[in-house]
Amino acid sequence: MSGPLLTLAGVHTHIGAYHILHGVDMAVPRGQLTMLLGRNGAGKTTTLRTIMGLWRASAGMVTFDGQDITQFATPQIARLKVAYVPENMGIFADLTVKENMLLAATKASHARDIDGQRLNWIFGLFPAVEKFWDYPAGKLSGGQKQMLAVARAIVEPRELLIVDEPSKGLAPSIINNMIDAFSQLKAGGVTILLVEQNINFAKRLGDHVAVMDNGRVVHRGSMAAFAEDDALQQSLMGLTL
Amino acid sequence: MSNTLTASGPAKPAVDFDWKPLLLVPVLALLVLPVIGSPSTWLTLTVAGLAMGMIIFVIASGLTLVFGLMDVLNFGHGVFIALGAFVATTILGVMPGWTASPELWRNLIAVFAAMLVAMAVAGAVGLAFERVLVRPVYGQHLKQILITMGGMIIGEELIKVIWGPQQIPLMLPEGLRGAVIVGDAAIEKFRLLAVLMGGLVFVALAWVLTRTKIGLLIRAGVENSEMVESLGYRIRRLFVAVFVVGSALAGLGGVMWGLYQQTVIPQMGAQVNILIFIVIIIGGLGSTGGALIGALLVGLMANYTGFLAPKVALFSNIALMVAILLWRPRGIYPVANR
Repeated sequence: MSGPLLTLAGVHTHIGAYHILHGVDMAVPRGQLTMLLGRNGAGKTTTLRTIMGLWRASAGMVTFDGQDITQFATPQIARLKVAYVPENMGIFADLTVKENMLLAATKASHARDIDGQRLNWIFGLFPAVEKFWDYPAGKLSGGQKQMLAVARAIVEPRELLIVDEPSKGLAPSIINNMIDAFSQLKAGGVTILLVEQNINFAKRLGDHVAVMDNGRVVHRGSMAAFAEDDALQQSLMGLTL
Repeated sequence: MSNTLTASGPAKPAVDFDWKPLLLVPVLALLVLPVIGSPSTWLTLTVAGLAMGMIIFVIASGLTLVFGLMDVLNFGHGVFIALGAFVATTILGVMPGWTASPELWRNLIAVFAAMLVAMAVAGAVGLAFERVLVRPVYGQHLKQILITMGGMIIGEELIKVIWGPQQIPLMLPEGLRGAVIVGDAAIEKFRLLAVLMGGLVFVALAWVLTRTKIGLLIRAGVENSEMVESLGYRIRRLFVAVFVVGSALAGLGGVMWGLYQQTVIPQMGAQVNILIFIVIIIGGLGSTGGALIGALLVGLMANYTGFLAPKVALFSNIALMVAILLWRPRGIYPVANR
């Protein structure tokens, strides 16, 4: 099927009495990496959570692969091969690294049932996952937890990978690992939607960009064009790439 | 694809188990030994306390998971205890030939039959309880407290309608009466059975929680249910299953509690409820290991203070809970981040 893998059309989201999203319109093209940028409080995380069904859209439509998923429950959306890494990484601190990975491998009953070839590929991307396989995940450093969170999200083949601020608080060397991982995933045909504050990270990886402000998407286009337009960056985000 | 890993010997974690809480039970038991004076009396009280603790653990183990997994405050858990005990009076009542037999195996079959039926009935009622009362109030703590307490009151009244409002004796089968003499100490046979049953329930729960994918999901769900859903699992279904199992375990605990007290009343669930909540708070929300230690401490404390200072016994477990929370404000082994 051609056309975008994911679209949001006029999506509004309320959280309690607060109206957070005011009609978000955006499209995530297949097999490419879309960066969702914006100032703090612009509505980026709310957009991701609305896509995942963790907060219900009060109006508008979310479509995945041509299917209206607006009213789908979160597990239904995840089973469409949509993986989500939240801003807090969602690591199960009391479980081991192995158990965290096993949970994400929905078809595996035991760690030995996880696709070995894919696991080796993940170990190559994120050596810490293999090194600390039997450790409680809560004992990992922040960077190692982020690696585990992304590794867990890709332990099974995915159509869409949604990650909220993957580079937040990471050392430059680990950021490079992340960039390698996302590049390889993109090369493998996985569609990726990233929320990011690290502009250099965004510039190196992004194919497309959507910029949010006050609960709306205020700019859409190619990342390359956005990166070259200082005036646009300044007006939308108050910063320069 | 191959299932062979190229992992070149993953690093093994350093032993980092929090063992200090495990010392609480033996330390408490040994501390009171010189105060009691007589070793035989101490042994009798200790076994009685362990038996009581194991029964409370059986009842509390399901509730702590319900608390931890879905953040549901179920104040109606006690109704399943009473229901289990009353079902047992009926089942044992229709098996007089088995309960009066001098042969122990026939007695045990009668008791196990009563336990199984009580678990089935309590589990089925638990399913209805969750569907009708708990489901509409997810995420609303005040309403959960009110509606589950209301459910317990209705349950108690229904028990009165079926079995009558009066106290009903629940006599031990012939072979479980009396005591085993160890030195100068008399240890009641049923208490040994209660310790054994509690131990079996703990081992079974520990096995499920640590060795199966369902157990992994439960442990993960206790920690972060939203993330479990984001991985594609329907946490609500898991919760219903845990609720039903928890209700069934409360029914089993009710049979054991009734046999321990040898009498049942419709309000017994509400009475035991207080102890269960103390145990869950001491143990830490969502922790079965914590619930076991908490239950044993509560059982021992109740028996020791009941012997040494009966007037203090009424609030001794509250004092125990306060002391534990001063040491560890989130309980012994907290799992749920609430």
